Amino acid sequence: MSEPVPITINVNGRRRSAMVEARLLLVHYLRENLNLTGTHVGCDTSQCGACTVLLDGRSTKSCTVFAVLADGSEVQTIEGLADGDELHPLQDGFWEEHGLQCGYCTPGMIMSAANLLQENPSPSEDEIREGISGNLCRCTGYQHIVNAIQHAAERMAQS
Amino acid sequence: MTTVDGPVLPKLIGERVKRREDPRLIQGQATYVDDIKLPGMLHLAFKRSDIAHGIIQSIDTSAAEAMEGVELVITGAELAEHLGPMPIGTPFPAPDHYSVATDRVRYVGEPVAVVVAEDRYLARDAADAIEVEYEELPAVVDPEAAMEPGSTTLHEGFERNIAVESYWGGTGVNPETAQPEDDSAVDAAFAEADVVVTQRMLNQRLAPNAMEPRGVVAHYEPGREYLTVWSATQNPHILRTLVAALMGLGEHQVRAVAPEVGGGFGCKINIYGEEYAAAALSRLVKAPVKWIEDRTEAFLTTTHGRDLLGYIDLAAKSDGTITGLKARIIADIGAYEVLLTAMIPTLTGLMMNGVYRLPVVRHELTEVFTNKTPTDAYRGAGRPEGLYFLERAVDMLARELDMDPGEIRRKNFVPADEFPFATQGGLVYDSGNYEPCLDKALEVADWQGLLAERDAARAEGRIVGVGLAFYVEVCGLGPSAVVPTGGWEHSGVTVERGGKVTATTGASPHGQGNETTFAQMLADHFSIPLEDITILHGDTSVVKQGIGTFGSRSQAVGGAALISAAGKAGDKMKQFAAALMTDQEVSPEDLVFEDGRIQVEGAPEVSKTFAEVADFAYVPVPLPPGMEPGISEEAFFEPENNTYPFGCHISMVEMDRETGETKLLKLIAVDDCGNVINPLIVEGQVHGGLAQGIGQAMFEEVVYDEDGQPVTASFMDYVMPRAADLPTFELDRTVTTTPINPLGAKGVGEAGTIGSTPCVVNAAVDALSPFGVTHIEMPLRPERVWRLIQENGGQS
Repeated sequence: MSEPVPITINVNGRRRSAMVEARLLLVHYLRENLNLTGTHVGCDTSQCGACTVLLDGRSTKSCTVFAVLADGSEVQTIEGLADGDELHPLQDGFWEEHGLQCGYCTPGMIMSAANLLQENPSPSEDEIREGISGNLCRCTGYQHIVNAIQHAAERMAQS
Repeated sequence: MTTVDGPVLPKLIGERVKRREDPRLIQGQATYVDDIKLPGMLHLAFKRSDIAHGIIQSIDTSAAEAMEGVELVITGAELAEHLGPMPIGTPFPAPDHYSVATDRVRYVGEPVAVVVAEDRYLARDAADAIEVEYEELPAVVDPEAAMEPGSTTLHEGFERNIAVESYWGGTGVNPETAQPEDDSAVDAAFAEADVVVTQRMLNQRLAPNAMEPRGVVAHYEPGREYLTVWSATQNPHILRTLVAALMGLGEHQVRAVAPEVGGGFGCKINIYGEEYAAAALSRLVKAPVKWIEDRTEAFLTTTHGRDLLGYIDLAAKSDGTITGLKARIIADIGAYEVLLTAMIPTLTGLMMNGVYRLPVVRHELTEVFTNKTPTDAYRGAGRPEGLYFLERAVDMLARELDMDPGEIRRKNFVPADEFPFATQGGLVYDSGNYEPCLDKALEVADWQGLLAERDAARAEGRIVGVGLAFYVEVCGLGPSAVVPTGGWEHSGVTVERGGKVTATTGASPHGQGNETTFAQMLADHFSIPLEDITILHGDTSVVKQGIGTFGSRSQAVGGAALISAAGKAGDKMKQFAAALMTDQEVSPEDLVFEDGRIQVEGAPEVSKTFAEVADFAYVPVPLPPGMEPGISEEAFFEPENNTYPFGCHISMVEMDRETGETKLLKLIAVDDCGNVINPLIVEGQVHGGLAQGIGQAMFEEVVYDEDGQPVTASFMDYVMPRAADLPTFELDRTVTTTPINPLGAKGVGEAGTIGSTPCVVNAAVDALSPFGVTHIEMPLRPERVWRLIQENGGQS
């Protein structure tokens, strides 16, 4: 086993330092070391997107990034999305529009949608469907997720 | 009318109430099994077979045992000293099946040894370091070949690999004797038929793929002689019963918890070897242990669904009247029978009656062992298979007779005035009214407009088709006579001090939203705010009894138990309220719940608040004669029959002539699930079901090679629908209530999965019909479609 490697990552606005195994996945660092268990693991091959976080502002599947590769970066997870007690418009949209059932894919889906709305604040339905096609949901058939993202886009446009 | 101060509470049943589960889920605050950490917890990793069939000759665990931080390495044979063969939940004969293989492996992924280690990565390293030698045996992959005399058999005592054979036919099963009546009527019907359609069809093997893989944390406390098991399960009470039995414990010594569960779809009904092994290993190593499945393990070892081959014949008159059905079905059940394996394909034949009057039926079923992952329930569990076979055959008949697919169905519907309707298979459909549902679907879809659109597209040289399917399914499982685990459900309702309400349900949800719908029902029942109600579930130490969530039973059975318990609690509230109003000579029978008060009906000034009465119940001075303090009631609900929801799905597809790619342009679903508590949640259930049914029609298939090696063991190879693959669904409903439960609700969890699959394939065949195509197998892979086009010269 390799020697532990020092890393410093800014996670949800807090500077976190640790010594980690070089093979430790970012998602496991978040979940196991930092107890940020809102980020989930649904596959191991970057197909499902349940583990999606924002890495330096870009949606990234944290199951295929080593923690050491995120050294010096900023990571935002679902736990860091709300503004204090006020839900992010996407969280609010998913709640209002019944954009989730079992909830397992939801944090990753919301983080992907956050990236989508940063790049395209008023996406069409087709653009939303394309934009979240890196994320699998087995419960909803995506229709309410599309509605949720539209809901969020409209609210963000108003504010 | 006199009024009192205070809010008027809206009725919530039937309203689009947003879910109470969601705040924790959208903020990353929910606790799934993998989020549980216990002090001193160790981690499990399983060494699994990489061959489909073989005899274990040796297992070398020395390298694994030598690793620092490895607590224990144990083989299947060693573990069998602590755990007997796994129980199954059906009455069919079954070979012994151990949590971890003892001497022989029968599918790729079957566990052969387990590592217990300090860390998850280390446990996996150690499992990888175990060396296993096998004497390989021929892999049995094709179920029809498996049944040939002289084929390699998987299990001693199961000749030709046949697990179950059943046969019934004629004009139906005689309920007195359970024997088929006059079988010659079937042959006569086919001999006299004007037209017969015959088709071999495969309802292919699928992987359920709940987004949360399976996982378990087990903690045996030797001092207390008490075991706690947290598991991603649909039915913690069944888990408790079975784990207790296999561990030699009583149910009073086991607590099972389903924490937040990330989807089930049937594959989390079974109690798996990993769950038993975790419990036994926690007792062995005297520490809590955790195992979390990875996705490849899920493809290899979590139960698969479907995999039925059907030889279907339908006889009819030239006017489209169906006169007989023959179905010979071969179910490839994989290597072992697990909890409900053998029962699932039996539902297929029972539900192949569909929505039609079928004068005569012959049904043959053979369930066959092969060297593949065991099968069990997958969303719909037997009904999608049966309805697919039937609705494809009816569509072929319509095409043969050049009849409209809606009209041929209408002609054969069970008429509304014939319910309750007894089918040839011995089921009794509770209620139904099919014509209005068909009419509404045709109207919502603008069927004639769709046909015109299709024809116009064809005139432009495009490959476009429309399809229709009409299903009926069976929901609300029970009753106990047909569900091996018991078919009832349990609920508890406690009115707390201060007038808040805590309720429990044995219907353990994993996405269905019971915390919301059950609270809606109680809010209306007691006329109190939704926020004053908490619904607890999923923990056998909190929920006294239960069966679980499967077979679209949460509302129809669990909801009925809730209403029953609430009725008892309400009666007691009224008795305490009357006792508080003795000066006004109020009788409990005169009282109603209204806007947070308990009042004389029509006289709100004669009332007490809900909270006042609740407080009095816990400090009842003086205690009314004949009463006990407190309000905590419970109820079991045993349904007298199943419910039979139905619906009509219509779709339009287009195929690319050059690539063979199919695009789903439209899907219209008109479903009838009886009364609806929360339309938002019902829509979500239908959407999700549609996506899974479309997934089967268009994308999904578990594939094995000739050596029994799975070639679809990750999301890279097993294609599930993504957002861009699906259109916006158009939904509507008709409402035919059921007399089976007081809610009039039938169940909706599986509906979408059942109608959509044949509906999409019927559209695909319609699209390809100008090329002379009469059937296409699922999934609609581009290569398959392209070949059919090419075989016919690429020209329509």
